[in-house]
Amino acid sequence: MHTRFTALALAAVLGTGALMAQTAGAAESIRIATNVPYKPMEYTTPAGDLTGFDIELGNALCAEADLKCSWVQQSWNGIIPGLMARKYDAIMSSMTITEDRKRVLRFSEPYIVVPSGWFVPVDTTLADYDGDDLAGKRIAVQRGTVQDQYVTDQFGSRAKIKRYTNADDIAVDMSAGRLDAAFLDFPTGQSTLLDESDKYKNAGPVLTEPKKYFGTGFGIAFRRNQTDLAKRFNAALAAVKDDGTYDKIYDKYFGDAADESEKAK
Amino acid sequence: MEQWLAHIAPFLSDNAIFTPSTLAQYWQGLVRTVQLVFISLVIGLCLAVPMALGRASGRAWLNAPIWLFTYVFRGTPLLIQLYVAYYGFAFIDGIQDTRLAFFINDPVYPALLAFTLNTAAYTAEIFVGAIRATSRGELEAARAYGMSPITAYRRIVLPSAFRRALPAYGNEVIFMLHASAIASAVTITDLTGAAYYVYARFYSPFPAFIFVAVVYMLLSFALQGGFKLLEARMLRHLKPG
Amino acid sequence: MLDFQGYGPRLLEGAWLTAELALASLAAALVIGLVVASAKSSRSLVAKSVATFYTTIIRGVPDLVMMMLLFYGGQIGINMATDALNAHLGTDWFINVNAFAAGVVTLGVIYGAYMSETFRGAFLAVDAGQMEAARAYGMSGWLAFRRIRFPLMMRHALPGINNNWLVLLKSTALVSIIGLSDMVYVADQATKATHQPFLFMVPVGLGYLAITAVSELVVLGLKRRFDTGFSQAT
Repeated sequence: MHTRFTALALAAVLGTGALMAQTAGAAESIRIATNVPYKPMEYTTPAGDLTGFDIELGNALCAEADLKCSWVQQSWNGIIPGLMARKYDAIMSSMTITEDRKRVLRFSEPYIVVPSGWFVPVDTTLADYDGDDLAGKRIAVQRGTVQDQYVTDQFGSRAKIKRYTNADDIAVDMSAGRLDAAFLDFPTGQSTLLDESDKYKNAGPVLTEPKKYFGTGFGIAFRRNQTDLAKRFNAALAAVKDDGTYDKIYDKYFGDAADESEKAK
Repeated sequence: MEQWLAHIAPFLSDNAIFTPSTLAQYWQGLVRTVQLVFISLVIGLCLAVPMALGRASGRAWLNAPIWLFTYVFRGTPLLIQLYVAYYGFAFIDGIQDTRLAFFINDPVYPALLAFTLNTAAYTAEIFVGAIRATSRGELEAARAYGMSPITAYRRIVLPSAFRRALPAYGNEVIFMLHASAIASAVTITDLTGAAYYVYARFYSPFPAFIFVAVVYMLLSFALQGGFKLLEARMLRHLKPG
Repeated sequence: MLDFQGYGPRLLEGAWLTAELALASLAAALVIGLVVASAKSSRSLVAKSVATFYTTIIRGVPDLVMMMLLFYGGQIGINMATDALNAHLGTDWFINVNAFAAGVVTLGVIYGAYMSETFRGAFLAVDAGQMEAARAYGMSGWLAFRRIRFPLMMRHALPGINNNWLVLLKSTALVSIIGLSDMVYVADQATKATHQPFLFMVPVGLGYLAITAVSELVVLGLKRRFDTGFSQAT
């Protein structure tokens, strides 16, 4: 608290905000931002430690690339502005690589492909999950996600699409009987709906195609001009896949659902 | 310079973000935002005036419950009020079979309910303050003229209180416009909802949010201009001299 | 009971940050508001136009966007400046804007605009005769402001200030966008981790109500102070 008010006094003097000069340091140390919790990709343990598939893989990549990495937790809305303002050097936070997004960010090679799936109440009358079947139905998605774009383009004219800020709100609305189906990242649906209640099930097709919508998988995001850093991460990714480190981490998090999420080749 | 240019460039040349489909989202969002804010302000104002009178009346049985209402609605975040209105009512047993089902099945109604009650609470407090600040001399003069308390309220207290409350109420209207941005939390695609959509789809925060900021700015310029005109008419005699 | 699935301590920390941030921002907003309101009611055309421009623009842009632009846009601007310097001097500086200070400055700048409107309305409500009397007594401008205009004006400004403060208190929740963990951010994380959407709304609501209760008492005390010498009309 004391330092905060010192900082405040400084801010008053300088008028622009407290300035803490620091050198960028040796190129070997980088900061990676992530938005928690997004189980099992990134989350904090009850003790407060950061963990998850992204975190463990990220640490393995850093070790391989001989980088000293530290993690920064950042809310979603500030995560890309923060990258652009150089508050940190990379984002590893379940980001799907799409053509639209490549215009703004540089991505690593995909490090995992997570499919999208339909989640419905167990007593659903849905069977085909196509245009006719879904006509007039209320479909939940997370706003702006690849799933949102897909259902909006495919079924937007016939079904009623409801866009939510987060998946937990979808779970609440489904239990209130206001939704017929949710279309989500498979692990998200798994952890917010299937693991929480036996009233829901996964049904219909599990999708990773077409790439136009579902992208090529999750990637690590950098600023457009960070080509070298992206290359180092790509090399490290190839190396951990070869030496079995990747498989170890993968099995730890997706061992029992290995058929649902497929490793990026 | 190149860093800023890199952010500005997408605006100028690479116009992949502002396609007809995203612009349509922004337009729908604009319509929704204006709808929500306008309706809740009008109803809220109608509720606030009687509440302010009750609060200023000095009768405890009137004052206390209204005070509690304004305390709770001003004391808790609008987001929580919105959540309770949208998710809370949905869990009442059998509500889907009643005539009230329309109310919970379209998120716009719960949002209107929360916004209206919220702005009513803030507006009522603004008016109470203004009524209480009426100078005793004005009221004594009214009584000396033989006005009944009701006439005195209608002709003397309320007009002068309303004039005094005008700048603060102008703030409240703008607050409401900005506060309506949380409607996107209950699946309504308002202006901010459209900006979130574009941000999430293109991972491009600055164009998405600067564009929406300009739209909000135009809306609030219109509102602020309206209040300036209103003030010029009603507060002419109060110009500092 | 008050454990909240292990999130109790972090929620308390968040509540503390919320209170700290709100109070510091309130102080900044009040100072800015007074200065700007004085500029608006001054006779100088320049002061008037600058002040009006500031309040119009700030009140036009949503807080969330303002926070993003000032914090991240500001950082990008500083980066450009240091980059230019580094190119000249061959150094490698990176100046990091402190998030708490940036939050206070941003909220202060935003709510200063609203406060100035409230103060302006209150300035107008002060009987012009009072200031004339002060001048007739030979009081200097500053003395007349401190002894006459400010106390008289505060009586009218108090309800508006109170409203602005309550809105400010809740918009502290925006600081999570610049990386601070306020009460709402912690509750939001806890909700997502435990999948219990309603559990954490209760402590957040109560936290805000508690801060509001304290502030209502302070306002009541101030009201007594500034109402001295006036009898209530109603």
